[in-house]
Amino acid sequence: MLNKTVKELSQGLTNGEYSSVELCQHYLKRIKTHDPKINSFITVAEEQALKSAEIADKTIAEGNATPWTGVPFAHKDIFCTEGLLTTCGSKMLETFIPPYDATVVSNFKKVGAVCLGKTNMDEFAMGSSNETSYFGKVINPWSTSEQLVPGGSSGGSAAAVAADLVPIATATDTGGSIRQPASLCGLTGLKPTYGRVSRYGMIAFASSLDQGGPMARTAEDAAMMLNIMASHDAKDSTSINRATPDYTTDLNNSISGMTIGLPKEFFNEHLSNALQDTIQTAIKQLESLGANFKEITLPHSDLSVPAYYVIAPAECSANLSRFDGVRYGHRCDDPKDLMDLYQRSRSEGFGGEVKRRILIGAYALSAGYYDAYYKKAQQVRRLIKNDFATAFNDVDMILSPTSPSEAFGFGSKGDDPVQMYLEDIFTISTNLAGLPGMSLPAGMINELPVGMQLIGNYFEESKMLNIAHQFQSITDWHTRSPQNN
Amino acid sequence: MSVGPEDIHKIAHLARLKIEDDKIVKISEDISNILSLVEQLQKIDTSNIEPMAHPMDATQTLRVDKVTQINNRDKLQSVAPNTKDGLFLVPKVIE
Repeated sequence: MLNKTVKELSQGLTNGEYSSVELCQHYLKRIKTHDPKINSFITVAEEQALKSAEIADKTIAEGNATPWTGVPFAHKDIFCTEGLLTTCGSKMLETFIPPYDATVVSNFKKVGAVCLGKTNMDEFAMGSSNETSYFGKVINPWSTSEQLVPGGSSGGSAAAVAADLVPIATATDTGGSIRQPASLCGLTGLKPTYGRVSRYGMIAFASSLDQGGPMARTAEDAAMMLNIMASHDAKDSTSINRATPDYTTDLNNSISGMTIGLPKEFFNEHLSNALQDTIQTAIKQLESLGANFKEITLPHSDLSVPAYYVIAPAECSANLSRFDGVRYGHRCDDPKDLMDLYQRSRSEGFGGEVKRRILIGAYALSAGYYDAYYKKAQQVRRLIKNDFATAFNDVDMILSPTSPSEAFGFGSKGDDPVQMYLEDIFTISTNLAGLPGMSLPAGMINELPVGMQLIGNYFEESKMLNIAHQFQSITDWHTRSPQNN
Repeated sequence: MSVGPEDIHKIAHLARLKIEDDKIVKISEDISNILSLVEQLQKIDTSNIEPMAHPMDATQTLRVDKVTQINNRDKLQSVAPNTKDGLFLVPKVIE
C-alpha cells in the first residue's frame, strides 16, 4: 500500500478494495508515525477528514463518485480553509482560522477529495529551503546521514508526498516554489500559466507572480490535479476567462517530431558536471521518443534574478501592509498608540526574511527610487518575456535543469541571503514572463533526486504534461522513493 | 549601492517595522548585498521599453455595478483581535 498514485487510489475506491475512511486512516497513521521526523504538516485535520471520508463513502455507494471522491490529499498552508487553521508559516497568522475557503479549496471540496491537513512552508512563501517557517524547518525525506532541505517554499507539500504521507498536495510558485522542491524531493510539480489557477483565498506574496499548482508523483496525477485546480474565477480579477481543457487528454500523444529548445544561458557554470550528465541522459531518452533538440538563446536571463528581487519585494511590501494588528492576525500586547500598535504587531509577527523583503520593497517603491528600481525592473521583465516569445517561434518547448544542484544541507548557503536567491536562477524567468513551467524527476546524483524543467508557451500545460508523461513511460525516476519509508 | 543604519531606520518607519539596534548593522549589510545584486539592472538600456505589468497585458476586468454580496460583517470580523459593536478597536487617536 505504498506510493500509490491518485489514479490507482481512485480505482481502488471505485472497485471497493478499501473505503475512503480506511484509506484516510492509513495515511493519517503514516503521518503520525513519520511526520515527527519530517515536520511536513503544520495542521493535521483528523476529525474533519474522517467526517468528509464518511460522506465520500456514501457518495461512492450511491454511485455518484467523481475520480476524486474519497481521495486523501493535503493543502499547502497558504490556501485559506474555512474553519481550519491557516498560518502561511508565520507567527502573524498563528491563530488565524479563515471565515472562507480559497477557490482552489472549494474546487477540491466540490469533487469530494478529502483534505487531511495543511503543509508546512517558508514564511509567506519566502524562501527556497523551508528554513524560514515559524513552525520549524521541514526535513527532506531523502536525507540519509546529514539532514537536507526539501526546497521551498512548498517544501512541506513536497516532503509529505515524497514520504507518502499523502498521495498529492497543492502548492504555490512565485519564483520556483513548486518546481525547486519537486526537483529536490523527486516529484512532478507544475506552475501553470499566470491566471490559470485562481488566487482567491491564496495568501498573497507577489500578486503578479504567484500561481497555485500541483505537487504529485507522476505527470498523470499532476494533470488530474490541474483539472481540478484550474478554473476561471470572477473573484480573482487576474483569472483568465478561457475554457479549461481536460489535461489528461493529450498524455498519450506521441512527442515524435516535437522540437525542444535548450537555452545556452542555462547550461552554464552554475551546473555541476553530474547535473550536466543527468540532463544529457534525459535529453537522449527524449530523443529516443522522437523529440528533436536545438540550442536557443534567452539573452536577458541573467537579469531575471535582479528583476525578481525588485518586483517580488515591492509587491510583498504592498501586500503585507494589510497585516496591521487591527483586522486579523497578530496584535501586540498593550499598544501605547496607533504607531506602536502597527510597529510592534508587525515586528513581532513577521520573521527575518519577510522583514528583509518588506524593507527592500519599501525602499524600491519610496520617493525618488521608483523609476530606478521598480519601473526599470518592469521594463527588464518585458525584455525577458520577449526573449521567450522569440524562442517559441522556433521550438515547441524549452528544457533546462530545475535547480543548480541536488538537495543541500541546512545553513549551507551561509547567512548572505543572495546565495539562497540564486537557488531559483533557472525558475524565476518563467514567473516574470507568466509562462507555465514544470519539474519532473530526471535522475539521481549521490543517491538524491534531481529534476529537469520544462517551460511551455502560454496555456500549453497539456503539451508539457504530454512530454513529461511520455518521459515517465520509459524511465522510472518518478517511482523511486526514499529508503527509510 | 549601500545603505547604512540611518537609511534602514527610515525605510523601517515607512514599512511600520521596528528593527532592534543589535540587528541594524547585519540588516544594512544584507540589504546592501541585495541592492548590489539588483544594481545589475542598470547595465542595460531600457529606453523606449514599455514596463510590463501583466504577462498578457490584460486590463482590469469590470463587473456590473450591482450588489452581489450579502453582508458578512460579523463573520469576517470574528477573526479581528479587538472589536466592539461592529467596529475595530485601536488605541485612542484623538485626545
